[in-house]
Amino acid sequence: MTSTTNIITPAKAIIWHKTVKTIDIPQNGGVAVLIDGQQIAIFNFTEKGEWYACQNLCPHKMEMALSRGLIGDANGEPKVACPFHKKSFSLETGECLNDSCNNINVFPVKIEDDFVFVGL
Amino acid sequence: MKEKIIIVGNGMTAVKFCQKMVDANLLDKFDLTVVGEEPHYGYDRVHLTSYYTGTSVKELHLAPKEWYNENGIEVIKNTKVIDLDKIKKTVLLDNENVLNYDILVLATGSSAFVPPIEGREKDGVFVYRTIYDLSLIKEYVKEAKKGVVIGGGLLGLEAAKAIMDDGIESTIIERSPWLMGRQLDKRGASFLHKKLDAHGLNIITDTNIARFTGDDKVTGVEFIDGTSIDTDIVIISSGIKARDELAIKAGLEVGKAGGILVDEGMQTTYPGIYAIGECALAMGMIWGLVAPCYEMAEVLVERLKGNEKSFIGSDMSTKLKLIGADVASFGDALGMAEDCIPLMLENKFTHVYKRINISPDGKYLLGGILVGDASDYNMLLQIYKNKILLPPNPESLLTGASQGGGFKLSVLDLADNAVICSCEGVTKGKICAAIENDDVTSVAGLKKCTKAGTGCGGCVPMVDDILTATLKKQGKEVKKVICEHFEFTRQELYDIVKMEGIKTFSDLLHKKGHGAGCEICKPLTASLLASIWNEPIVKHQQIQDTNDKFLANIQRGGTYSIVPRIPGGEITPEKLEAIGRIGKKYDLYCKITGGQRIDLFGARVDQLPVIWEELINEGFESGHAYGKSLRTVKSCVGSTWCRFGLHDSVSFAIEIENRYKGLRSPHKLKGGVSGCVRECAEARGKDFGIIASEKGWNLFVCGNGGANPAHAQLLASDITAETCIQYLDRFLMYYIKTASPLTRTSKWLDGLEGGMDYLKEVVINDSLGMAEQFEKDMQLLVDTYKCEWKEVVENSELRNKFKAFANSDEPDSNIKFVSMRNQKMPTPW
Repeated sequence: MTSTTNIITPAKAIIWHKTVKTIDIPQNGGVAVLIDGQQIAIFNFTEKGEWYACQNLCPHKMEMALSRGLIGDANGEPKVACPFHKKSFSLETGECLNDSCNNINVFPVKIEDDFVFVGL
Repeated sequence: MKEKIIIVGNGMTAVKFCQKMVDANLLDKFDLTVVGEEPHYGYDRVHLTSYYTGTSVKELHLAPKEWYNENGIEVIKNTKVIDLDKIKKTVLLDNENVLNYDILVLATGSSAFVPPIEGREKDGVFVYRTIYDLSLIKEYVKEAKKGVVIGGGLLGLEAAKAIMDDGIESTIIERSPWLMGRQLDKRGASFLHKKLDAHGLNIITDTNIARFTGDDKVTGVEFIDGTSIDTDIVIISSGIKARDELAIKAGLEVGKAGGILVDEGMQTTYPGIYAIGECALAMGMIWGLVAPCYEMAEVLVERLKGNEKSFIGSDMSTKLKLIGADVASFGDALGMAEDCIPLMLENKFTHVYKRINISPDGKYLLGGILVGDASDYNMLLQIYKNKILLPPNPESLLTGASQGGGFKLSVLDLADNAVICSCEGVTKGKICAAIENDDVTSVAGLKKCTKAGTGCGGCVPMVDDILTATLKKQGKEVKKVICEHFEFTRQELYDIVKMEGIKTFSDLLHKKGHGAGCEICKPLTASLLASIWNEPIVKHQQIQDTNDKFLANIQRGGTYSIVPRIPGGEITPEKLEAIGRIGKKYDLYCKITGGQRIDLFGARVDQLPVIWEELINEGFESGHAYGKSLRTVKSCVGSTWCRFGLHDSVSFAIEIENRYKGLRSPHKLKGGVSGCVRECAEARGKDFGIIASEKGWNLFVCGNGGANPAHAQLLASDITAETCIQYLDRFLMYYIKTASPLTRTSKWLDGLEGGMDYLKEVVINDSLGMAEQFEKDMQLLVDTYKCEWKEVVENSELRNKFKAFANSDEPDSNIKFVSMRNQKMPTPW
C-alpha cells in the first residue's frame, strides 16, 4: 500500500484549454478560471519565470480558494498557501507541504500567442 | 567470528535497538537480522494518526532502507517467525526458511486487545493499531455517518478525533467511570469530558456492551441494560495485549495476563533470549509508552557491551492535545504514594484543571495532572524529574509562570544531567555540548544531532529555551528571523525598508532576501510598506493576505464580509437606514460587532465594489476590519447625555478614530474612550484606552481582549486631549517600529525589557530622543490617509480584479447558503 496521492497523470493525450491573456494574470499572482464548469487556479509566478495551474478547491475545508492564496516557495519548492488556514501545496507536485491534508491536482500550462493554455 | 542476533519484530523498539547498536559500535561484534511481519520498515506508531490524516508511510519510517544497507543490517519484511527452537538456537519463518542465531531478541510488541464482545467479527468492526488497520478504516469510513470508538484511553481518543475530522458523528464508549483512567483522576477527567463534549464528541462512560448488532455489517451497539445506539463503524481501542505467543510456544515463562517475563537485564527465563518493548513483562508490568521501551533497548545494548545496566522502570509522563483540549499527566499523577498531599486548582470558567501531588514535607513534586492548559507541563516535569526543591508556597506552581504565577523555572537552573527529552533520554548536558562544541544553532540541528525532541515532541519548547539561553551565554545573538527568505527580524526589516527607501516586495527580496517569498514574508512586507509609506495597499495586491487583497474579511464558504467605519459607534438614523437598505438589496447577513459597528456578511467577491460604491455614496468609508490596522475606538455615551459623564467621550473617540484610521500595524489595534471611571467603553481591554478623570484624561496602553485578556496599564494621568494624542502618536509608532509580526501590544510590552517603566521613559521623557521623529512619522500617515475602497470604486482597472473568474463574468456557483433565523448563513463545513 502506498500513500494517498491524487496527482492525475492523464492517461489520454492532454487537451489544452485556452483561458485568458497572460496580462490578465497579475505578476506573482493568481486567478481562477472556469474550464467546462471546473474551477482551476492559474498562477503567474514571475519570480521564478514559471506558470502553474492547479485545482481551485482546497481539500482541507473544501473551499474554492487556492487562486486567492499567496504563492511563494519552501526550500525552493514553488507553493501556494490557502487563504483560509494557510495549508501549503506544492505547485509542482500538488503535495500538501504542511501536514495533514490531501494532495491537490496540478495541471500543465503553456503560453501561446500571449494566451494561457491549461492542459486537462 | 561475529555473533548473530535475530530481532523478531520491526516496531519502534526494534528500530531503536538497531540504532543504539550502531551508535555503540557493536556491529563489528554482532550481525543483526530483523524479521518483521508488516510490509513496511519500522515506523513511528506514536504518530500513527497522522497517517490517517495524510502523512505518507515513508515519512513515518524511523530509519530509511539506505540506513539499514549502509550498516549491513538485514531486514526481512512481510515475514512472520512462527516457531523457535531454543536448544538448537533456530527460528522458523512462515516461508519455511530456518535461521540460526546466537542471541535472540523478541521485540514482538503488542496487538490491540479485543474484548470478547458478541458480533466483533462483523464487517465494520476494526482495531486501531497498524498502518493496515488505519487504511481499512479510512476506506470504510467513506460510507459511514456515525462511528463508535470502544475505549476512552489515549489511543481511543485519538481514533475518535481522526474519524470526527472525517465528518463522522462519533461516540466514545468507556467501560470505567471516566476517560483516561490511567492518566487522570475523576475531576480531571470530568473537565476533559466537558471539553470534548463541547467539541461535539459523544461520550458514554461506566457502561457495558452486550453485543454489536447488524447482519453482516455492524449497524449498532447494544448495552447490557438493553439500550442501544446506531453506528456504521466500530473501532476498538481497549488497550493492548503483549504478543507473547511465540514465547509461549517455546516454553518461556509469561505473566498471567500476558507478557514475556524478563529480568532487569531484559533476559527471558531462558539464557540467550531477550525480550524488549511492549511484549516484555518487566517489573511486573507491560510498559505501553515509547520512552520505557526505548529504555529497555538501551539496557540490552549496554548488557551486550558487557555493562551492568538495569531496567528500573521509566517515566510514564504524557502530554497531548486532544480535540482542542490539552491534557498532560506525569509522575505519580493519581497520588498513589502514601501521605502525599494533592494541591488542586479548578477553574470552571476557563475549563482548566490542575493537580500536583507533593511530598508530605512539602519539598518535592511527585506528580500531577493538567487538563485544559498544559503550558507548564515541561517546567513541572523538570521539577519532578530532577527533584528540584519546591518554593515555600508550592501552590504557586498551579498558577504557573504562564498566568503570572510566582514560580518560573529557568532552564539555566537545571543540572547538566537533567533529562530534557525522555523519549530519547537526552540530557541538558548533551544538548548544551552540541551547541557549545558542535556549533549547532537551531532546534532542527539539535534534533538531528542529539535526537532530542524527535519522539513525542513535547520537549521542543524546552530545547528551544536551552538553545536560546546557551547561545546567549556564549554572547551569540539569537535572532527570531521571520522566515526562510529573510535573515532579519521584523524590526530590522522596518529599518531597512525605511533607510533604503524600498517601495516594493520584489525590490526588498532581491536586495535583502532569497528564494521567492512566502505567505509569511509577503504580508509582513505589505504591512511594513503601508506603515512606512502609507501608499494604497491595493498597489501591492499580490503580497497581501486575502483579506487585505480584497479589502474584506473572507468567511466560511468563500464569501466576504463588509464593515463600514462608524467612528466611535455614533451613527445617524439616515445612515443606519442606508446600511439596512443596502444589506437588504444584496441579501447580506447583518450582525452588530463588538466594536460598535455593523458587519454585513455573505457578499461574493464580484459584489464587493458595487456594494461599496453604494456605501461610499451614502458617506461611509472603509472600516479596515480586514487589516492588521486600527479597527475601532469604542466609546461610552459620555457627558453629553450621561448624568455621570465627566467629559465628552464620543467626540474624543471620533477624533482619535479618524486620526488613526487606516494605520497599518503589526497586529490589529483597538481603542476605547470612557467618559468616567465607570468605564462603560471597556477601554482598558484595548490596545489604548482613555478614561476621563476630574482633571483631564488618563491614558492606558497595552490591553486586549481575546484569548489571553490583559488590562491596559496606566501610561499617564490627568493629561490634556492634546498631550494624550501626542503620547499616542509616540506609543503607536514605537510599537509599529519594534514589535514582532502578529504581536498585540500587551505581548509586545511583555517582551520589552524594563516593561512599563521603560515605555514611560520612551513616550513621556523621550529617553530615546525619538519622540519628534515618531510624531513626524505619524503625521505623515495621518496626512496621506485615503479610503482604500474609494480608490477601488473609482478605478475601473482595480474594480476589474474583483471577480470570481478571470475568463468569465459568471459568479461562483459553488457558493451556497442555508437559512437561519430569517437570515442567510453559509452551509457548514
